[in-house]
Amino acid sequence: MKVLGISGSLRSRSYNTGLLQTVAGLFPADVDVEIWPRLKEIPPYDEEDDTDEAPEVVADFREAIAGADAVLFATPEYNASVPGQLKNAIDWASRPLATNPLRNKPVAVVGASTGAFGAVWSQAELRKVLATTGARVVDAEVAVGHAPTRFDEEGRLVDENLLEQLQEVVEALVAAVAERCDELAAAAV
Amino acid sequence: MSTMETVTIAPAGTWRLDPVHSSVGFEVDYLGGTFKGQFRDVEAELDTEDGVRLEGTAKVASVDVKEENLAAHLQSPEFFDAERHPELRFRADEVALDGDSIDVHGEITIKGVTKPLELTGTITPPMNDPYGNERIGVELTTAVDRTDFDLKWNMPLPTGEPALANEVRIVAGLFFVKAG
Repeated sequence: MKVLGISGSLRSRSYNTGLLQTVAGLFPADVDVEIWPRLKEIPPYDEEDDTDEAPEVVADFREAIAGADAVLFATPEYNASVPGQLKNAIDWASRPLATNPLRNKPVAVVGASTGAFGAVWSQAELRKVLATTGARVVDAEVAVGHAPTRFDEEGRLVDENLLEQLQEVVEALVAAVAERCDELAAAAV
Repeated sequence: MSTMETVTIAPAGTWRLDPVHSSVGFEVDYLGGTFKGQFRDVEAELDTEDGVRLEGTAKVASVDVKEENLAAHLQSPEFFDAERHPELRFRADEVALDGDSIDVHGEITIKGVTKPLELTGTITPPMNDPYGNERIGVELTTAVDRTDFDLKWNMPLPTGEPALANEVRIVAGLFFVKAG
């Protein structure tokens, strides 16, 4: 099983990237978790650029999603919503809607913010966006508020309660992938 | 069986759907108007050999609306979830007639959820077409609450009211041809 991690924050010492790295360690050993590193390179979406030969980084992004069994997003919150670059990347991935790689893909959303609420509005907006792309959005949430107090100096999440919540998200995502695999196998018989 | 009188509605036999001329559509109130769509790929069979049985399916992937992205959205997990539930199904074995009126009791399955359903409408007497086939026509309508079938998408209007109604009207215009 392959899981693609996407952090909505671009800075090198991002709490959300740290959150993804923490979650990566909670998956079963046979699950391969890759955090996609090129979000900052994605150009602004322009339908005129969205041709059969999409920009190389966009093609790479779409292939990374298509090649994963599930996608896990960690998002900060900017002005009560999803960071523009993350939304822009999803807009690229979602076209054309009928065949986009997020379609039917199990996805989950978690988030961290320096404020008290842990990016809950941004997470809700991101779930809405992902559902519109046709993704299977796992009904689970982890809100890491007051992020600077939840991570150690190496960027690892150290809050036991939050780690338990993250474990539940991991299990829900793994179960969603297993359910989809079983259904696709049954349909192929 | 119900307490309704079940009558023979056509000469005994199997009647197959003429899919070219038949339609299975839906209508729902949306943004101040009525939004309509249909399923292009439908199958149905009316069996009057031993009692009356009406069965039909519609392929979710054949949902036909005027914009491809809307069709894709309707097939996504937020609506019909075509990957997980590729077919809508209907089955009835209780059919009552009163003149040209028809009343059908059965079960409909949408998105894996099965609920009882009554449809009413009209039926034409058997007629012969120019190609040597015996035909009957059946028009049926009913309404369902889409949220009963886990089709819960909505969008708030500026007033806070939902943009999309929960009640969906199903309209079927069915042409049946007697099997040879």
